[in-house]
Amino acid sequence: MSLSRRALLGTAAAVPAAATFRSARAQRPVVKIGVLTDLSGVYQDIVGPLAVESTRLAVADFGDRGFDVEVLIGDHQNKPDIGSNLVRQWYDRDGVDIVVEGGSSAVALAVSGVARDKNKAYINSGGATSDLTGTQCNANTLHWTYDTYMLAKSTGAAMVKAGGNSWFFITADYAFGHALTRDVGNFVTQAGGRVLGGVRTPFPGTTDFSSYLLQAQASGAKVIGLANAGADTTNCIKQAKEFGITTPLAGLLMFISDVHSLGLDTCQGLVLTESFYWNLNDRTRAFSDRLWKRMPNRRAGMANAGPYSSTLHFLKAVQAMGPAEAKKSGAALIAQMKKMPTDDDVHGQGIIREDGRKIHPAYLFQVKKPSESKGPWDYYNLLGTTPADEAFRPMKDGNCPLVKA
Amino acid sequence: MMMILGIPAPLLFGQLLLGVVNGAFYALMSLGLAIIFGMLNIVNFAHGALFMLGAFTAWGLLNYAGIGYWWALLLAPLIVGAFGVLLERLFISKLYKLDHLYGLLLTFGLALILEGLVRNYYGSSGLPYRIPSQLQGAQNLGFMIMPNYRGWVVIAALVMCVITWLVIEKTSIGAKLRAATENAPLVQSFGINVPLMITLTYGAGVALAAFAGVLAAPIYSVNPNMGANFIIVVFAVVVIGGMGSILGSIVTGFGLGIVEGLTRVFYPEGSATVIFVVMVIVLLARPAGLFGRAH
Repeated sequence: MSLSRRALLGTAAAVPAAATFRSARAQRPVVKIGVLTDLSGVYQDIVGPLAVESTRLAVADFGDRGFDVEVLIGDHQNKPDIGSNLVRQWYDRDGVDIVVEGGSSAVALAVSGVARDKNKAYINSGGATSDLTGTQCNANTLHWTYDTYMLAKSTGAAMVKAGGNSWFFITADYAFGHALTRDVGNFVTQAGGRVLGGVRTPFPGTTDFSSYLLQAQASGAKVIGLANAGADTTNCIKQAKEFGITTPLAGLLMFISDVHSLGLDTCQGLVLTESFYWNLNDRTRAFSDRLWKRMPNRRAGMANAGPYSSTLHFLKAVQAMGPAEAKKSGAALIAQMKKMPTDDDVHGQGIIREDGRKIHPAYLFQVKKPSESKGPWDYYNLLGTTPADEAFRPMKDGNCPLVKA
Repeated sequence: MMMILGIPAPLLFGQLLLGVVNGAFYALMSLGLAIIFGMLNIVNFAHGALFMLGAFTAWGLLNYAGIGYWWALLLAPLIVGAFGVLLERLFISKLYKLDHLYGLLLTFGLALILEGLVRNYYGSSGLPYRIPSQLQGAQNLGFMIMPNYRGWVVIAALVMCVITWLVIEKTSIGAKLRAATENAPLVQSFGINVPLMITLTYGAGVALAAFAGVLAAPIYSVNPNMGANFIIVVFAVVVIGGMGSILGSIVTGFGLGIVEGLTRVFYPEGSATVIFVVMVIVLLARPAGLFGRAH
């Protein structure tokens, strides 16, 4: 690119003009929310544009309470370095006060460290690793929607109870897959079952899982645990059906978008866990109808809906502290959020624990048969509910340094 | 149970067979790439995106026009091939006089645009496409259950590879094509329309990718990234086989499918890497590839 003197002069003239424009508007305080999400990769439907829209909906529902809210959007491309660099820029240069959604496990662990170093706030929704509120916890981070422990306890324990006492894992080879395999494995052995083996599959980039499925079948295990997500899980389920594998599959992290993509024909009877379903109760239906108006044709899963809940709570905390105070310290803002009970249409009432874990019930669903479904997105039957105080790992077992023994 | 290298024999045979199935896709994809590189000297990075378009076209034919798998197997390659002709005429033909690098950058950009557009309209989690009713079910081979559809993929890919090879090596069109790559001005002076031939060759290479895409649609979820996952491996296959070598890409495609399948048993974490390890070794020992001619 060549820079002419004229272009440089033009830029120089534009900068003060923009500054005056900003100062004219700056009479009202502004808080800035950065939605860091997957806009171009395998997790785009699990979080992605619908998570952005649910954040915006939270801002709209909160209404005008004396301060302006600005929403920025960024794509982490499932790469920790890209995610943490973007967040560093947001915090340093763009004056972002809080990052929500915040990506898959590997990205989440990296961004959480940036939030701590810069003393800003970070609420993860899409990530799964329970280490965020365990050994890796910090005073600037909350973990909102679900985690590997919740999935392991709900889906894993249900499968063991139904007689699946020996397991083989197909694990996505990165932080999330490892954490999920560990957490489910613990439940299986505690319940008297055994883990017979597992394979770690390269992530991303594996499309053919038939080799691994055959290995799983050859192990003689009674359950094949799928410790992966998104397209990896849907490919596993599709190919297991193709190869006539009759061993029950445990989709340890599945979202409604995965069921939609596979179709009920392939998915019927599968058991899975989410902390939100659009057709669960009056409040979730009301929320989903509002979101549908903004983005028709898709229903939110828990990771799409989580940023609504977390953003609303953040805005309430800002109002309680006053925007000026809230912008000063990320740790103080997070502490304020922990003090206040949560209440919203997505998760109902809940609280946030000292280790940064937001708690709410976990729901065990079974995918409907095609004949039971009344139309698109009518996919789940509720099998059971784990109450909020039991759904997540007890604080004492997490080894979070914030929790005083 | 019989054991081979500490692995139960049935499992090992199963993995070998699966390797052949995956190899069929590699062969079909790298064949198209090899033709395009051999004839046009263009490193077609858009090949994966065109493979994906083939699968989406099949899905679209079914869902918008009610046209099923078997017609899609014919129509999708024609439609995507025609689209390829358009791409060649509008963009790629402008670059023949320039360095390879420009063709690579252009086609890479085209791939990103195509994938981005599809992702924007259809999302990333994929669309369902059913196995045609004639090919549902599976055969019990004793050591494994072989889905009928996978068997069909191997046969279809082999037949297509043989046809392509015959056309290029044994027909007069193929002879003219090969002559044109050696010395285009001379062939043109005999009254043969070389630019048209090159355009159609690109279209044919693209049609092969789309054909592979239709074959893949019922097995993998039809999603915008399906080609991006394949393309890097397929490039490695082409490089190992020898850039532009037709036979090389077919043999290497199947061979590497088997190598990858075995790695999945012995060291699953390395299965995404093993092909590149082979590539490095081959490039060190034979820089022109296994079947390539040194220029």
